[in-house]
Order: sequence, then structure tokens, then C-alpha cells
Amino acid sequence: MHAHHYMDTFMAPCSPPHTVKHSRPQRYLSTLLCAISCLALVACGNGENNVSTGLQSQTLHWGNGAEPQELDPHIVTGIPEHHIIVGLLEGLVLKDPATLEPTPGMAERWEISDDGKTYTFHIRDNARWSNGDPVTSDDFVWSWWRALQPALGNLYAYMYYPIKNAEAYATGKLDDFSQVGVKALNAQTLEITLANPTPYFLQLLDHYSMFPVHRATIEKFGGPAERGTRWTRAGNFVGNGPFILKQWDLNRLVMIEKSPTYYDADKVRLNAIRFYPTENTSTEERMFRAGQLHVTGSLPADKIAVYKETNPQALRISPYLGTYFYRINTSVEHLADKRIRRALAMAINRQQIIDTVTKGGQTPAFTFTPPNTLGYTAADGFTEDIAAAKALLAEAGYANGEGFPPTELLYNTSEGHRKLAVAIQQMWKKNLNIDISLNNQDWKVYLDSEASGNFQISRAGWIGDYVDPNTFLDMWLKDGGNNRTGWHDDEYDQLISEAAPAAKERAQRYAHFRRAEAILMDAMPIIPIYTYNSTHLVHNNVKGMPSNILDYPLYKQIYLSED
Amino acid sequence: MARFILMRLLQAIPVLLVVITVTFFLVRLAPGGPFSAEKAVPAEVLKALEARYHLDQPVINQYFSYLGDLAHGDFGPSFKYPGRSVNEMIAAGLPATAELGLYAMCFALLIGASAGIIAALKPNSAQDYIPMSTAMLGICLPSFLLGPLLMLVFGVWLEWVPVSGWGDIPGDKILPALTLASGYTAYIARLSRGGMLEVMSQDYIRTARAKGLPEWKVVLKHGLRGGMIPVIAFIGPAFAGLLSGSFVVETIFQIPGLGRFYVQAAFNRDYTMIMGTTVLFATLIILFNLLADIVAVWLNPRLRDLYRSGGA
Repeated sequence: MHAHHYMDTFMAPCSPPHTVKHSRPQRYLSTLLCAISCLALVACGNGENNVSTGLQSQTLHWGNGAEPQELDPHIVTGIPEHHIIVGLLEGLVLKDPATLEPTPGMAERWEISDDGKTYTFHIRDNARWSNGDPVTSDDFVWSWWRALQPALGNLYAYMYYPIKNAEAYATGKLDDFSQVGVKALNAQTLEITLANPTPYFLQLLDHYSMFPVHRATIEKFGGPAERGTRWTRAGNFVGNGPFILKQWDLNRLVMIEKSPTYYDADKVRLNAIRFYPTENTSTEERMFRAGQLHVTGSLPADKIAVYKETNPQALRISPYLGTYFYRINTSVEHLADKRIRRALAMAINRQQIIDTVTKGGQTPAFTFTPPNTLGYTAADGFTEDIAAAKALLAEAGYANGEGFPPTELLYNTSEGHRKLAVAIQQMWKKNLNIDISLNNQDWKVYLDSEASGNFQISRAGWIGDYVDPNTFLDMWLKDGGNNRTGWHDDEYDQLISEAAPAAKERAQRYAHFRRAEAILMDAMPIIPIYTYNSTHLVHNNVKGMPSNILDYPLYKQIYLSED
Repeated sequence: MARFILMRLLQAIPVLLVVITVTFFLVRLAPGGPFSAEKAVPAEVLKALEARYHLDQPVINQYFSYLGDLAHGDFGPSFKYPGRSVNEMIAAGLPATAELGLYAMCFALLIGASAGIIAALKPNSAQDYIPMSTAMLGICLPSFLLGPLLMLVFGVWLEWVPVSGWGDIPGDKILPALTLASGYTAYIARLSRGGMLEVMSQDYIRTARAKGLPEWKVVLKHGLRGGMIPVIAFIGPAFAGLLSGSFVVETIFQIPGLGRFYVQAAFNRDYTMIMGTTVLFATLIILFNLLADIVAVWLNPRLRDLYRSGGA
């Protein structure tokens, strides 16, 4: 970004008049000049800050990264929106923030049939919307019908696809919603029928895309599947979560306040949360230092070392359910050879990149699914071995890198991605003697290039939607919309689409995933680089907020205290 | 004079039309659409979205229906923020940007003019060089450097004012206004020095001094009136510059202004938002330049007489 001073552009032709007599206009202007000069005097602060006042009022000040696009759970896709929506709405289940195991939410209990395909949820009788209406199973049926309407533009409709006929309905192959496996048996009993046993189904239910919404409110402000009506505005929003939307000032502040109608209101200790759109991470860090924020959304990489020295207790770094990787277009002639793809992967020193470039203590990745994803860890798919990489390259016909075709590495414009790309470019030059050129494109152009296969190697990242290996591995199916590598494998597809869903036990299921992941890593259509970390600054007063790989906060357990 | 203003306003219409047309087609030529996302967008969803925003129609139809909406003052819905109309976002952002611009202008005038006057009183002395080289520094120091610097010193170390925010904590408007003002302060200092130097050598100033008036009275009562005219003529275009150029300061200090939307809209391919902000800024720039020309004519008796006789 560049600063421009525009005054040169807009200089008006002017010269001092050569006149002795002063006209009235000039006198007025002098007075005006004095008046606005006086206006420039502004009041000064009084030493109190948000952290100190927040402690008394139990108000949490949260650096939220960006202005939320929307607060409609069936439209949004981002993390800033997630942070606000989980305060306003609640799904059938919640998660224990320490273990990520499902805990009761709107449903106080549930049963799962022996074949793993039918879930019966019992909604608690004191579940209330913020206007006092009871939360019923019909609310869920209607909300889920709404979430599957294409007109709404819901990019997370696929979260529903484990439910019987949900995909057919969402894609227009089926018109009759009553054939979708969602049924209200009575006001408080909801029966869900799945297409296949889906062991991670409960994990999906506390994703915002599966939250219920208040029908009467939505219909009051527009059509049920109308995009962007005013129902999500402060004053209009009716939710069923622990907080209610009090204020939403564009690009300035979203404030939520404790809801008196929430079934667990006794346990909610925070009175309010104020979310700030902190796009500039350097400013956010300074806000934290000045006591304006309790929690930051992130931290500039060059500040991590400083905090480790000066304020380690504020620094919260923990593994995150995401992988940074390079995608290879296997339809490019020389990159169709898996020996070359493997050689490229093996000739990168990941630890060195983490220590000198990203500096965030990330974990080098040798598989695609992050280690310990709900107990799943795949075996390393390769080792860093320069000699072996050289041998593979020679086998493919490019001994000592000679004659290696021009290859381009694409990344979206960002200083961080550039540094990493430069480091890898140098490693490939030094270790394999091949020249890779770098190309950066603006985000939207980059997305277009990737989607249309107009790239050779491109940087990418993937954050899991839920805690299960499936959210990483179903990407590489033949028809996977996010595959974009041109690679597919029949056995892999069979393992992910058929074998794993049919497995009775978690261990058996994970064995199928391990086998699939081994196939993926052997073929190497993607080069894993590192597993993400979440990095935050958290003030010492913030209690009840354990770290977890989803970076998921459970606000009703959070409180502010000095001890 | 009325004819002069009318002529200028009529000239503005084709200018605006060209701006609208060029921007409209350029944004649609840019690769990457408003709905492309990291996660693949399913075909049926994309179709629904394009239908919702009429992007499924021929571009030329889109153009004319946009012009029609624009004639009714409707900038359309934002693509990036589904629940917001562009009108609403401008209405939400413009006051903060304008307020920031106004405060920056006040700071720039207060500090710049004082420095310029002080410098002009003793040209080519330390009293001239010190404020003028400081002013030069102000021109050279970009706001993305000055802003964080002020934040560190006054927000984090001295804790006098908040680091960022807008109207949340008392005093949070001071640092951004100062940062945005810096370049303009420097320019105003140079303009007022030049203006004052010229005026202070005039005969009537000598007469005033000969009458035995104290020096401060000579400067403030007689010198200032003439010496400030170049500064006053500069205010109009400078204000247009402050409004459309506050993006960096708004980002650094997290101010909910329009500048941030303007730049982000381009990255997001938020077609309607790009159009809305461009049309708005183009209009403002045209208006402020017109205003500056009117003031220039009004202040200059010879030009004034020219238009008066021409209009008669």
C-alpha cells in the first residue's frame, strides 16, 4: 500500500492579489480561519483503559480481524463472523473447548441408532429465542431448509451433505424437501437420517452453517431465502445464543450483551463482548499494549520473538487445524512425473523456513492432515533428503537439474507468501540446481488462475471445517471442487468415499484414512510445508479460554478476573 | 459569476459520465469476479448469486440499468457485504472521513500557517530555516511511517491518547488527524511563508509601520489578510485530497471511514462499491475544485470585475 499526498494533483492556480484595499470577503475568511483553528483543540484522555474498565463491567474487548461481511449464519464463510455468531446463536450441540468433544447445546441429549444413520435429538424445554419464543425442532427443520436454498448463496451447504438427500436437494436434483432426512417428530424431538454413517456428524452441528435462525424475524424482513435483508441488524436480530446483538457500527464495532432468555444464563459471566475490526495487525498489537484489547486476532510474525522475551505469558501460540502447502498442476507436462513432484517436496528444509521466515513456531508438515486431528496422525509421507531428491530428478531425466523446463511458482500478493516462496526458490536452486520463477497475483486473479488450472505450482492453505481427517482428505477426490491439481486415484476415491464411511470403528476408519493419505503423499500432487499455528495475545485477566486446534472460544465459560 | 458557475457545472457532467463509463467497464474487465472464493463455489450457488446481482445479463444492459439507478441516486447493493447497500456504506463511512479531513485541515492550518508566518517575519534566519526544514520533513515523512511513530510515542509510551479508534475513547481523533495533516501542514507553511513575504514588502505595510503601529498589529491586522490568500485558495483542493486520500491513515488507526472501503472494494471486486466510491470522490473533487476557483475569483478583484463585466 502506498500513501499519496494529493495536494500536488489538486493545486489550484492562485497568486496573492496585488491590492491595497481589503475587501469584505477577505475579512470574513480571516475570521473563519481563526474559528476553525480553535475547533482543532480536542479533549485528552484520562488514563483509564478498556482492560481496567472491562474488569469491573465484565466486558471483553476482542480484536476480531475484519469487519463481518454479514451475521447471517447461512451466508457467511469467515472467522470474524464465526466469532460473533457463536455468541448470538447456538446449534444442537456445543463443544468442550478443552477436548473438542461434543457437549449438549440446544439439544440436552441425543440417541444414535446402531447403524449410525439415525440421530434423535431432544431439544431442552427451556431453550428460548431472545424474544422469548421457545426453540423447537421445527425451527431446525425450517432453518435447514433455508440453508439449502441456492438463492441464499450459502457456500457451506456441503456441511449438510451427510444428511440423506441434502445434496440432491441443494443441487436441484430433488425438489421435495420432505425427502431430505430432517424430521420434527414433535416440538422437541428432531430426527435426522444420514445417507451413510458419518462419525463426525456431531462435530458439524456446532458449525454456524447448521445453526437455527428465527423464522418469524427473517420473514418479517424479507423472503426466507433472500440474501442480505435487514434481519441481522442490531435491534432486529433474534437469536438463541448466550448473547444478543446490541450494536453494529460498520467498520467500527460489534457489541453483544448477555441474553436474559438463554437457558444457561446463570453460568454466563461476561456481560458484554466488544468486537473490533482490527485489520491492521501492527495497530492491533499496539492496541493490546495500550490496554485497549483483551485478545488480539493475530500477531505480526516479527513481534513473536519480542513477546517471548518481554511478555511471554500474554503470547498464546497453539497448533491450528490447517496446512500450508503448494499445489502442483499435474497436467503440466514435466510435473505429471511424480518423481519430480517428490523431488521438489524432499528438497525443502521446512524447519529452516519456520525458523527464519515464518518465525511462528509452526510444525513442519510431512502429511496433509495436521497431526492429532481428533486422534488421527498419518505416517510421514516422505523425508527431507537432498541426495534422494537429486537421484529422483536424475531418474526423471534432469540430472543435476540440466534441461529442467521453465517452471513458475504462483502466490497471491502478500509479503509473507513472497518471503516463503523466495526461500523455497533458493532451496530448489541450491539443492536441485533448477530455476523456478516467481509470480504474484492479486487475490482474485490468483483464485481465478488456480480454479482455471492456469498455474504450474501455486501456494495454498486449507483450514479444516470440522475436526476430522475427512475435511482434509475429501478435497482430493476426483470431483472435489477444491482439488485443482488434476490428480486423482481410484483406490483413493474408494477409500474416502466408500470404505471409510462404512467403517464401524474409529480405528478401522482411521486405518482407511492412513492408507488413503499414504497414496496421496506417494503421488505428491501437493507439497505440504507446515501445519498452521494460531497466534494471539491474550491478557492475563482473561480466564476460561483454553487453546484448541479449532481456535474455538466458548464464551459462556470465559470471564475476567485479576487472579 | 452565476454564468461562470453554471458553465463549470455543465462541464462537470461529461467528465463524470466518462469517469463512470471507464470505471464501469474497467472493473468488469479485471480478472477475478466478485464471487470467486478460496473454497470452490458450487455452480448452482454461483448462478443464483449472478442472477441476484444481474451479472447474468449482457454487460451493456447492466451499464444502462446502472446509469438508470444512478440517476435515482441508487448505487446498488454491495457484493461483498450482502446486507448493505452502497448508499448505506457511504453514509456510514463519509462522516468519519469528512470529520477526519476537517480536523486534519484545522491542524494543518493552525500549525502550517503559524510556522509560515513566523518564518516569513525573519527570512533567511534561523527563525525561517527551522520551521521550514521541519515543514520539509513533514512533506517527506509518509503517513504510514508517521502514524505508527506517533502511536508509539503518544499512545503506547506516554499513554496520553488512545492508539486507535474513532469516537470510542476521548482523544482518539487527535493522532489520526495529526498524521493526515502532516503533509498539508508542510505545504500550507510554505504557501503562507511565500504569501506573507510578498505582502510584508508592500507599501501599505511600510505605511502601517510608519504610523508607529506595533509589529504584531502590523502582522496580524494588515499582513495576514493578504498573506493568507494563497492558503485559502488551497483549502478547497486540499480538502478534496484529504477526503479521497485518507485510506492509509484510516487503515493505520482503524477509522470507520470511506477510504478503507474504497481500496478494499477494488481488491474484493465489489463492483457496485468501486463504482459508488469512485463516482462520489470524482464528484467531490470536481466540486471542491470549482469551489476553489470561485474563491479565487471572489478574492481577486480584477478577476471579479472581469466576470462581472463579462456577465453583464
